[in-house]
Amino acid sequence: MASIRHPKDFWSGVLFVAIGAFALVYGSKYTLGTAARMGPGYFPRILGILLVVLGGIILIRGLRTEGPAVPRWKLRPTLLVIGGVIAFGYLVQWLGIALSTVLLIVVASAASHEFRLKEAIISGVLLAALASLVFIVGLGVQLPIWPFQH
Amino acid sequence: MDIIGHLTTGFGVALTPLNILHALIGCLLGTLIGVLPGIGPVATIAMLLPTTYSLEPVSALIMLAGIYYGAQYGGSTTAILVNMPGETSSVVTCLDGYQMARKGQAGAALSTAALGSFFAGCVATVFVAGFSPPLSALALKFGPAEYFSLMVLGLIGSVVLAHGSLMKAIAMIILGLLLGIVGTDVNSGVQRFDFGIPELSDGLGITGVAMGLFGFAEIIINLESTEKRELVARKVRGLLPTWAQVKAAAPAVLRGTGIGSILGILPGGGAMLSSFAAYALEKKISKTPQEFGKGAIQGVAAPESANNAGAQTSFIPLLTLGIPENAVMAMMVGAMTIHNIQPGPQVITSNPQLFWGLIASMWVGNAMLVILNLPMIGMWIRLLTTPYRLLYPAILLFCSIGVYTVNNTSFDVMQTALFGVLGVLFVKLEMEPAPLLLGFVLGPMMEENLRRALLLSRGDPFVLFQRPISAGLLIAAALLIVVITLPNIRRTREEAFVEEV
Repeated sequence: MASIRHPKDFWSGVLFVAIGAFALVYGSKYTLGTAARMGPGYFPRILGILLVVLGGIILIRGLRTEGPAVPRWKLRPTLLVIGGVIAFGYLVQWLGIALSTVLLIVVASAASHEFRLKEAIISGVLLAALASLVFIVGLGVQLPIWPFQH
Repeated sequence: MDIIGHLTTGFGVALTPLNILHALIGCLLGTLIGVLPGIGPVATIAMLLPTTYSLEPVSALIMLAGIYYGAQYGGSTTAILVNMPGETSSVVTCLDGYQMARKGQAGAALSTAALGSFFAGCVATVFVAGFSPPLSALALKFGPAEYFSLMVLGLIGSVVLAHGSLMKAIAMIILGLLLGIVGTDVNSGVQRFDFGIPELSDGLGITGVAMGLFGFAEIIINLESTEKRELVARKVRGLLPTWAQVKAAAPAVLRGTGIGSILGILPGGGAMLSSFAAYALEKKISKTPQEFGKGAIQGVAAPESANNAGAQTSFIPLLTLGIPENAVMAMMVGAMTIHNIQPGPQVITSNPQLFWGLIASMWVGNAMLVILNLPMIGMWIRLLTTPYRLLYPAILLFCSIGVYTVNNTSFDVMQTALFGVLGVLFVKLEMEPAPLLLGFVLGPMMEENLRRALLLSRGDPFVLFQRPISAGLLIAAALLIVVITLPNIRRTREEAFVEEV
């Protein structure tokens, strides 16, 4: 059993092969057609094959050459930033832009190691006022400012 | 004669009060994000795309273009004053610019950078005006085979600047092409890779993809590091360079402008490549190469002129061929598509107001940047001292509102967030997102041209090699791959990126 000597290459190879294989399998339901009359499945098939082949080479190279380890993924920033954004995206039409903004700012600020709650709330309130003025009043975006307004 | 007539039309468009205002907004925003590290032109344009819906197409493009070249000005300011490049294209400016600032010559360095950029901007405007008509006339003769090969060349060109492995960068292009064809197939009406989600029938939105990969991912990566940024801004006294400095800088500005104008047109070119090349050339031909890195004014003048010239001439392939050559230009394709303008050689004839107006606005924007920015340097520097912990949540907020308003759906915000996670994964595995974005934009066009080329040749793929222009473009792409993999070039390429870190 060969060992993974270049983890960054190895895992990106795995990712490419997986996506390429997925495109081939999932895309197999689209009509292939012929070269002269390409169906909707023709181009994705070419891309899928290319991706699997290139990914395969990168993967094998990851077993043969030396390389640095994949840096550790600290989950806190990712979870808070992405979570805050998704929550904002789903809540804004119900909660209104004012409250969702404060929520997003506080949650996202908590991702920083320099987080201060009081400061984040103040900044959230100020940005909520700014966002309401610029986007709703100024640019006429169709979103409520306060909860359950529409 | 002809150029003058065209430029007159252009200035007629660019100098309307509304368009001056948009150029000003674009330049100010560009300078702002150029000063602030951690947010680049791609993410900014993605953030602002939704707000341009209600604008005239010309005004929208004028503003977005201003962001790109405005960022070149802002980037040099921080490079010189705090030794921190706001943009990748200002990395080399740090080397000598900051040393000049330490010697108390910050003012001279700043004004050299600004005036050099302005000169380069003027020359590049004329360059774009002179080069575009013949190039689009040529491109009108292109058939689908030529177009397909041109896109291959453009995509391979984008790899020249990718960090690390060539193979990985090419795989990223393929992945981008694959993401690009998500949605309804124009020929058969079949929904491809939509997973039964109705929001995906129009494909993945470029705003979400770009904002996630370039904006969110960058923020998350910045948050993972706990080191504190120390900023010691130096006082700026006396903006004017001495006569000796002017004499030393002038030829460097000329050479930088030349290099930038040419490298900007080439596939994969643009601001960043131009600045690196210009610095390398100055160091090579200088009689006193030992001065470089210790505050040589040529080391500021040449790359700053070059990056501005390159930023502007990289619009040439976009406007004449419809091929974006870097990630910023890919965003411009997105902007044009939103306003129902198909980028390509027909723009110049079907939409001359837009074409020449945009070009003329670059000159107007450059003039504004010089006039506005030199007196405003103090303010930009003060902005730079805004703590990151206050800055990034605000960026996230504006991104989220921006994406939401594209189609007024929560799904788009979700999609952006997921691409943000993917972007972090790409950084961890050293996979370059820029080639992916280019592939993403070109995916549908590439499929369509391949389909047409093969239809005309009755399924014979060798048509791509039989037509001379098409064959030439493919050979150029192959040569480019060979050149990148040559051990000698590879080493310089890696060194260039090491300096950047």
